[in-house]
Amino acid sequence: MSELETFRAETAAWLEANCPASMRTPMPSDEMVWGGQTLEFKNDDQRLWFERMRDKGWFCPDWPVEYGGGGLDAKQQGILTNQMRRLRCRPPQINLGIWMLGPVLLEYGSEEQKQRFLPPMARGEVRWCQGFSEPNAGSDLASLRTSAVLDGDDYIVNGTKIWTSYGNKSDWMYALVRTGPMVPKQQGISLIVLDMKSPGISVAPIDLISGKSSFCQVFFDNVRVPKSQLIGEPNDGWKLGKALLQHERRAMSKFSESALPTHFDLDEYLQRALPEPTTFEEVALHQRAVACMMDEEAYSLTNRRMADSMGARQDASGLMAISKLVHTEQEREKFELLLELLGNEALGWEGDGFASRDLELTGSWLMSFAQVIAGGSSEVQLNVIAKRVLGLPESK
Amino acid sequence: MSLIYNDDQVQLQDSAHDFLAARSPVSVQRALRDAGSQQGFEPQVWQGMVEMGWSAVAFAEEQGGLDFGFAGFAPVFEQIGRHLSASPLLSSVVLCGSLIERLGNVQQQETLLPGLISGEQRYALAIDEGARHQPQRCDAVAIKDSDGYRLNGRKRWVSDGVGADGWLVVARLENGQRGVFLLPNNVHGIQVASRSMIDSRNTAELIMDNVCVPVSAMLDAGDTEAVLDWALDRGRACLAAEMLGMCEVVFEMTLEYLKTRVQFDAPIGSFQALQHRAARLYVQVQLARSAVMAAFECLDRDSCTPQQRRRLVSLAKWKANQAAQLISNEAVQMHGGIGVTDEFDLGLYLKRIRIAQAQLGHSELHVSRYAEARLQVQ
Repeated sequence: MSELETFRAETAAWLEANCPASMRTPMPSDEMVWGGQTLEFKNDDQRLWFERMRDKGWFCPDWPVEYGGGGLDAKQQGILTNQMRRLRCRPPQINLGIWMLGPVLLEYGSEEQKQRFLPPMARGEVRWCQGFSEPNAGSDLASLRTSAVLDGDDYIVNGTKIWTSYGNKSDWMYALVRTGPMVPKQQGISLIVLDMKSPGISVAPIDLISGKSSFCQVFFDNVRVPKSQLIGEPNDGWKLGKALLQHERRAMSKFSESALPTHFDLDEYLQRALPEPTTFEEVALHQRAVACMMDEEAYSLTNRRMADSMGARQDASGLMAISKLVHTEQEREKFELLLELLGNEALGWEGDGFASRDLELTGSWLMSFAQVIAGGSSEVQLNVIAKRVLGLPESK
Repeated sequence: MSLIYNDDQVQLQDSAHDFLAARSPVSVQRALRDAGSQQGFEPQVWQGMVEMGWSAVAFAEEQGGLDFGFAGFAPVFEQIGRHLSASPLLSSVVLCGSLIERLGNVQQQETLLPGLISGEQRYALAIDEGARHQPQRCDAVAIKDSDGYRLNGRKRWVSDGVGADGWLVVARLENGQRGVFLLPNNVHGIQVASRSMIDSRNTAELIMDNVCVPVSAMLDAGDTEAVLDWALDRGRACLAAEMLGMCEVVFEMTLEYLKTRVQFDAPIGSFQALQHRAARLYVQVQLARSAVMAAFECLDRDSCTPQQRRRLVSLAKWKANQAAQLISNEAVQMHGGIGVTDEFDLGLYLKRIRIAQAQLGHSELHVSRYAEARLQVQ
């Protein structure tokens, strides 16, 4: 048996023995476990699964052992991912720090910063949020204005960040701030990390068209941040921010892969609403719904092909670039179809007369509008594909 | 199993590319059209394909094949699509060859397969009757009499049917089931008419007027319905791969044009309106490629059930149809005036794509098949 085969067998056996049965079911959105200073578990299985994966170093399987990772190489990590997918294991925790900031710290952080931030991150002890967008810096992120001015050994931060997911529940934030001039606007930006308990920070949740949301606006009023918490070089943060966003697109598709698609399964609703389509109206709707499922399968096969390409060390950047665009647009289309299938039953807002799951569906439909905007709108994704993948020229 | 080509497939792809680029550039296809060829393919190119081993790829060694596996056809047909190369590889080798392999008895296999693999004989499948490909529809009949079978009916859209050495004809038996019959080209009572289609390839219509064949002309050593379904699926996957190749080349032509065509003092590819449309074409090509790879992965694997096969093959043909329609239309539009001239090759791809979309099933047929295959699983 080759080393990799041994690893595969051992991994499969370990997961079989250590992943509780209830952690191998599709994960409803309210059963996600978030790492952080205050851990909340709904049951013992969640805790067990969290602790076992943490102790194995498999929150971040490919990080070096010295920073609390699992020390796996790319092939081993691929095996672990595949085995977890095969057994339908839930992610033991959701943590933006590990998925997004961690890889950037590994590449650009100082040794001291790595020692300070990575091991607690790898143990799931810190919940991180992201401070990128501002009210006047959305798709044009580089026009951000939240300022960080050096004062002795500290930066003084002033301004505001918006669309910060779980800003009200997070322990730390990584943020892009302006430490230099606006012209050219990409060059005066730095990446800093800050404690959300710092004096001068206030957080306000944002209600969306779907109702309560996890998005927040964060305000900074003369917040002091030690200059040792600037990652990389001052005014060199744009490069780091772009690297972070690359990881965000991957993280988002990983995130939704584990949670969403099984949650509102078009197939299931199709059978409920149109068990035997007969009229022209029913057949037409059925046909559209099946076509939507076919596109979903083509997308999930594309994810498989992307994994196969990466496993074979081929360039998968083109497939990575289309992933977020395709997935979020398909989700929105799926919800639109579900709305048509269920008719008025899926148009209720609250209260009696509606199944709670249908009300949840209505909310998810409204949220799907946010998904095609958040994390780089579809238009930004199309720009990226056109320029970086297809090599089309910049406009004058 | 993997959704990317392995080393052997990559090698096959490279050799197919080199061969077709040298021997079967688009100009060969254009010349055939201009000459009004009814055969629709270049015999030397076909002979070259045989010498490359393409007709033997999927057959077992004891049948005179290379035992490469069906997945070998994916890179070959992709390259065939890219070069817009016509040949009887799909009609004779994939469709008829598969039927003979699974439905022929030992004697029929031994009589027919060596000539088919060596390219000395070629056969064409006559199944369609209506305007659209509806594989269940069959009004042609085969009545048993004392000497054998008597066939009557009309078969349309027979790919490479003109000049074939024989036709595999699907006809309905008296018991209501369907049978597959081999009609040699010298059989009495058959009329073959060439139909000039937009892709200028070989398409025939067969009219059978009391065509009499011996009992031994029937291929019935297997479950006819199941084998027909399987053989058509093999053809559909190959056609989807051909369409994928055409999509990619048409997309590349368009991308090149966007980068070089200057209007308003700028390459038109710098305009965001066109950039976004181009990006969406790229997405469709990628989704189609994944679906085609999955179909071949399934067809190459014994453990793939008929339901899985139907689902994945119909997904591939449907996605290839959708992508090809969008990409060919957008390509012509983005090329502007040059895109609608006969001189430019794009129009030849557009015409072949529309034929390929209709052949072996429009999108709606495959949506229905996909839905049925999913229901059968549950």
